[in-house]
Amino acid sequence: MIEVAIKGKSFGDVQVLGDVRFALHAGETLAILGPSGVGKSTLLRIVAGIDSAYSGHVQAPARRAMVFQDPTLLPWRSALDNLRIVHPDLSEAAAQAMLAKVGLGDRAGAFPGQLSLGQQRRLSLARAFAGRPELLIMDEPFVSLDAATAEEMLSLTETLIGESRPATVFVTHAPGEAARLADRVMHLGGNPAVLSAAPACDRPVSGAGSAPNGGRHGRA
Amino acid sequence: MSGHAESRAVPVLSLAGLVAVWAVAALITHDAQLLPAPWQLVAPFADELRNGALLYHLGMTLWRVACAFVIAMSIGVALGLAMGRLTGLNRWLDPWLVVFLNLPALVVIVLCYLWIGLTDVAAILAVSLNKIPFVTSVLREGARALDPGLDAMAKVYGISGRARLRHVVLPQLAPFIAGAARSGVALIWKIVLVVEFLGRSSGVGFQIHMYFQLFNVGMVLVYALSFIAVMLAVEWLILQPWERRVRRWRSA
Repeated sequence: MIEVAIKGKSFGDVQVLGDVRFALHAGETLAILGPSGVGKSTLLRIVAGIDSAYSGHVQAPARRAMVFQDPTLLPWRSALDNLRIVHPDLSEAAAQAMLAKVGLGDRAGAFPGQLSLGQQRRLSLARAFAGRPELLIMDEPFVSLDAATAEEMLSLTETLIGESRPATVFVTHAPGEAARLADRVMHLGGNPAVLSAAPACDRPVSGAGSAPNGGRHGRA
Repeated sequence: MSGHAESRAVPVLSLAGLVAVWAVAALITHDAQLLPAPWQLVAPFADELRNGALLYHLGMTLWRVACAFVIAMSIGVALGLAMGRLTGLNRWLDPWLVVFLNLPALVVIVLCYLWIGLTDVAAILAVSLNKIPFVTSVLREGARALDPGLDAMAKVYGISGRARLRHVVLPQLAPFIAGAARSGVALIWKIVLVVEFLGRSSGVGFQIHMYFQLFNVGMVLVYALSFIAVMLAVEWLILQPWERRVRRWRSA
């Protein structure tokens, strides 16, 4: 169980995030929508443990993974090494299998610079899932991809999430992506930004499993 | 293919041009005492090589260069990395860096000899102290240029300190380390020569000092050029291949 209870986050004198609370069960996927620059990435960085300069608290498992907006790979290491350096316990065979799963089975020895952006994104996805994370954080993982590649990535992500069922929180601009992946959709907005139930049009169309739908979740 | 051959031929032709200029100057001077022609150095060079003096003194200088290089690079890299990453530390140490960067090499050498005595410890310490601030300031720039995205990635995935240094930080610093090493070696061997000139009884600097007093321009050139040849070999056989290897991913 992941519990986020942020009371506020400021950069200098500018308060970016207000009171932001939510909880997430294992296997549950939460999508956060919101306009550019509202603080979505900031929120994710806090949840991921990258940014610890905020007031409030976040309770999250140690085994977490993040898919960044940029692939954020080690350009000087091969695709295979990019998995094995980040996950030292991963055997070479397991790393190979993971690469094959994301369609990079024959590119294990390639440096990231030799891969297309779509392939780099898939490698970054493989890296996230290779550690069998309990918490998966994704920051606009399908942005700046052409429609076909984005669709391919979306299906791949759906499959991988379905297989390992981590608690997932992801940020996106696209209500369609949110509807497809998420059990629950929330909206980050305002100044300072707070979470609210997503407008009706952003809600997933299909039934969303056991998760409570919309609204603030978590304790005060 | 011809481009490759050409790129190899250019440095050789360029050096041949330098020797030609020297030969012409020697012919014009027409005084072997003042400026011997290149071919007039062959015999004294062979003599020094045969009696072992050249190799001994080259070896001593090379050993001092290596010691000072290793010390200056290790301390400079660590200090530069720390100062680039920790703004508080940088605020405190930056004025020191400016002081040491501007302290003339000669002053450091003389003070080390005065305080420690005319020993190799003093010599190597003096050279290292001259070089550390330079390496530090180069590596500080490198540390400031580290990719915050990769930092965040390493943090989320909990990459261990050692793996982070080896696979995330050092590859980013490699061009800075290579640059500092390059200019470092060139600077260090020049300072080592001064150190030997002033207070050692072995090494290329000592020999140059001796032949300077004997006004033997030929032998001064023999020693200086031999050491330049050694440093060119270090550059071509060690530094450049290493640099090519760490840059492999860029051109791949």
